[in-house]
Amino acid sequence: MKKFIQELCEKNNFQSVHLLTILRKIQTKYFFISKEDIEILSNLLKIESTQIISVVEFYSFFHLKPRGHYDIFLSDSITDQMLGQQSLANYFAKKLKLQLGQVRDDGLVSLAYTSCTGMCDQGPAGLINGYPITQLNKARINTIVNLIETQTAIQDWPRSIFTVNDNIYKTDLLLHQEITQGEALKATFNRGLIATLDELKQSGLRGRGGAGFNTAMKWQFCSEEQSSERYVVCNADEGEPGTFKDRVLLNKYANQVFEGMTLCAAIIGAEQGFLYLRAEYLHLYSSLKVVLADRYEKNLLGNNILQKNINFNIEIRLGAGAYICGEESALIESLEGKPGIPRNRPPYPVVEGYLNKPTVVNNVETFLAAAKIAIIGGQAFAKIGIKKSTGTKLLSISGDCERAGIYEYPFGTTIRQILDDCGAKNVLGVQVGGPSGTFISNQEFDRRLAFEDLATGGSFIIFNQQRHILDLVKNFTHFFAHESCGFCTPCRVGTSLLKKQLDKIVDGHGSAGDVVALEELCQLVKNYSHCGLGQTAANPILSTLQRYPEIYQSKLKAISYEPGFDLNASLATARQLANRDDSGAYLAQVEDE
Amino acid sequence: MNKTISIDGKTIPFKTGQTIIEAATAAGVYIPHLCHNPDYKPHGSCKLCTVKINGRNCSACTFPATEGQEILNKTPELENDRRKITQMLFVEGNHFCPSCEQSGNCQLQGLGYYLSMKDNHFPHFFANRELDASHPELLIDHNRCIFCNLCVRASQQSDGKNVFVISGRGINKRLTVNSTTGKLKDSNISVDDCAAQICPTGAILKKRTAYAVPIGQRLYDTKKIDEIALEQENKE
Ligand SMILES: Cc1cc2nc3c(=O)[nH]c(=O)nc-3n(C[C@H](O)[C@H](O)[C@H](O)COP(=O)(O)O)c2cc1C
Ligand code: SF4
Ligand code: SF4
Ligand code: FES
Repeated sequence: MKKFIQELCEKNNFQSVHLLTILRKIQTKYFFISKEDIEILSNLLKIESTQIISVVEFYSFFHLKPRGHYDIFLSDSITDQMLGQQSLANYFAKKLKLQLGQVRDDGLVSLAYTSCTGMCDQGPAGLINGYPITQLNKARINTIVNLIETQTAIQDWPRSIFTVNDNIYKTDLLLHQEITQGEALKATFNRGLIATLDELKQSGLRGRGGAGFNTAMKWQFCSEEQSSERYVVCNADEGEPGTFKDRVLLNKYANQVFEGMTLCAAIIGAEQGFLYLRAEYLHLYSSLKVVLADRYEKNLLGNNILQKNINFNIEIRLGAGAYICGEESALIESLEGKPGIPRNRPPYPVVEGYLNKPTVVNNVETFLAAAKIAIIGGQAFAKIGIKKSTGTKLLSISGDCERAGIYEYPFGTTIRQILDDCGAKNVLGVQVGGPSGTFISNQEFDRRLAFEDLATGGSFIIFNQQRHILDLVKNFTHFFAHESCGFCTPCRVGTSLLKKQLDKIVDGHGSAGDVVALEELCQLVKNYSHCGLGQTAANPILSTLQRYPEIYQSKLKAISYEPGFDLNASLATARQLANRDDSGAYLAQVEDE
Repeated sequence: MNKTISIDGKTIPFKTGQTIIEAATAAGVYIPHLCHNPDYKPHGSCKLCTVKINGRNCSACTFPATEGQEILNKTPELENDRRKITQMLFVEGNHFCPSCEQSGNCQLQGLGYYLSMKDNHFPHFFANRELDASHPELLIDHNRCIFCNLCVRASQQSDGKNVFVISGRGINKRLTVNSTTGKLKDSNISVDDCAAQICPTGAILKKRTAYAVPIGQRLYDTKKIDEIALEQENKE
């Protein structure tokens, strides 16, 4: 075992920035990361073992205790739930003869839930040993169980189990056709770097990852910093439940994305780039490597790119399961081999990013658009869309509609139009922008896709009249509590309190003051949290409470107060100890009124 | 010319590079804080030092002072919310103040008094946390850890060691001790380390020193935390 780790560290130059890469390999080979491994790593990488433990404990796909040799995670997105994931999960567990969340006694298999895996248009979905399984149904589960019980190696499983579809339904400026390899770089060099940055300015391009910061400005700030080194980072963490457009871009338009990164590097003067790929997209890793190799071969990457005296390399680094790593400063921490805890700002990444050097972090789609702009020019791009939201936006549409998948729309398109196109009927409402975004009701379908109205990183989840608002609110609220990094008090404690307080109401234990208390708590978490995760974690509750206060009120009991403490449940241990099960061993929570 | 900021209408000078809390402390203005200690690099995690700068909430311990900032600090709204954040820390761990060795000398408790905290407001988590009494001279009661990271920083920055790390994610955070057994006795901490003295609560304690000062004469019995913090931090 020691030899494997020794070689692994050697391959990674004994650098602790590669800690995640190394841990991923150990987890895959041994199904967990043992104390002994941690000691060995600590010696080889010259970092404290506690630092390694803190990384292992932070990421969902690292484990201190052994997982099954077939390690299965089921996606817990609301869309998976809507497709019947819960009963399938029970079926799966029964077939495998294990408890959900546990490793089977023989150590062969484990089954647990994980946050959205980015397959909402083809769920119920999950991961087996890191590779995606989609469109789960009983027949598929039977096949999988069979393969596991016969201990068939994953490589020998039918490929169809791991099929992932692109499902592109509507194309526009960007998706219509991928640019010719090298075209954007040639256009950039012909026009000049400064002139190309000017085109980007004129295009009005704003970041597609959610926050909508002006892209040209970000690149300019970074280029103006005094530094000998700079970095370009492509954010492919895509963790917002309901978003999967970056997956499709990296599957089908990777060349254009890398080209966007390369022209950014040329403009800001960076020699190293990273693609931070979420662990759930491991299946894309090898094909992306092929695209990169091809670009090196064609002199579109590497030294002296297109004989323009520009050097740029791109490395792919995989995450290990943590939504917070989509937040740019947490992502940078993760790239450095640490837990993904958001940094204090200022300084911003453009000033102090990776290894404290100026760094541009952009979303996959932003780089894709930048490459297009380098070719067609800023004006042509700005012509599309509306004033403060130029160009087009990719949507990942899922939930209750006939054609879930990828849609590209000019900014300014109405929600009504989008719903018509994907075949959504009897719609109750839409979650725009994922859990951290807004829930809009069917009274608001004239609103528009735009930074000035409904902004979205791409997530667009549709709910029909059969759905219950509180189901989605509960799913989203639990998601945030699970994904909070735990750094700051209001989010660490607050998201768990939100979960408790919401569950209390949803489960029918709420009384008069409980909705008010819930709303107060929402404001506290929103206004005092350190980063965007905590600041948006209360959005699902706040946006539905504003639109459907009666749904929350109807859940409340008519009594004036009910404690959060469940007296009867707490007596369970006592009953067990006393071996009693008579009526006297049960107490009512409150006297009947 | 002196550069200034304004806190609650009071004009306060600052030097370039100072954070808001540094400028405020030097000028005798108290901003509540738990994870901040002027001897160490700011952390910005407890969020008790949140102030409103030109209408936006910012952490005073990390945010740089810049010319002309209009800052609100001691407003009813901020004090109210700081009380709730303190209550969050109380319900997250297990704090039995009356029997705690640190009672009267605890910053968490002192802040609770300062912010007129009368109850816990939120439901308790009843977290299952351990006690590490393995070390002959020191004790860690994990029930009282608020993850302020001060012991981590003190060990690194003052003691040149690395005894502590905070690991885990979300509500499952835990203070981890750097030793093969995870126990304090097997770490290289010494009782004179800054890391052993720094804890703002009763999570890291020196054994056989408890209850030495009678009730009524303990640190925060005589003066409130604002006065004491300003005295201590301006002396350094
Ligand atoms: C909790 C959280 C998660 C985020 N996840 C992502 C993500 O998965 N992908 C992304 O591009 N941006 C994400 N962001 C936004 C990034 O912090 C950052 O703004 C973005 O990558 C900048 O790129 P852009 O300007 O091209 O949008 C996230 C932000 C927060 C607060
Ligand atoms: S808001 Fe949440 S995710 Fe962000 S730093 Fe605080 S605890 Fe971490
Ligand atoms: S033990 Fe004390 S000093 Fe260390 S993190 Fe916990 S509360 Fe802070
Ligand atoms: S004192 Fe500033 S966040 Fe804790």
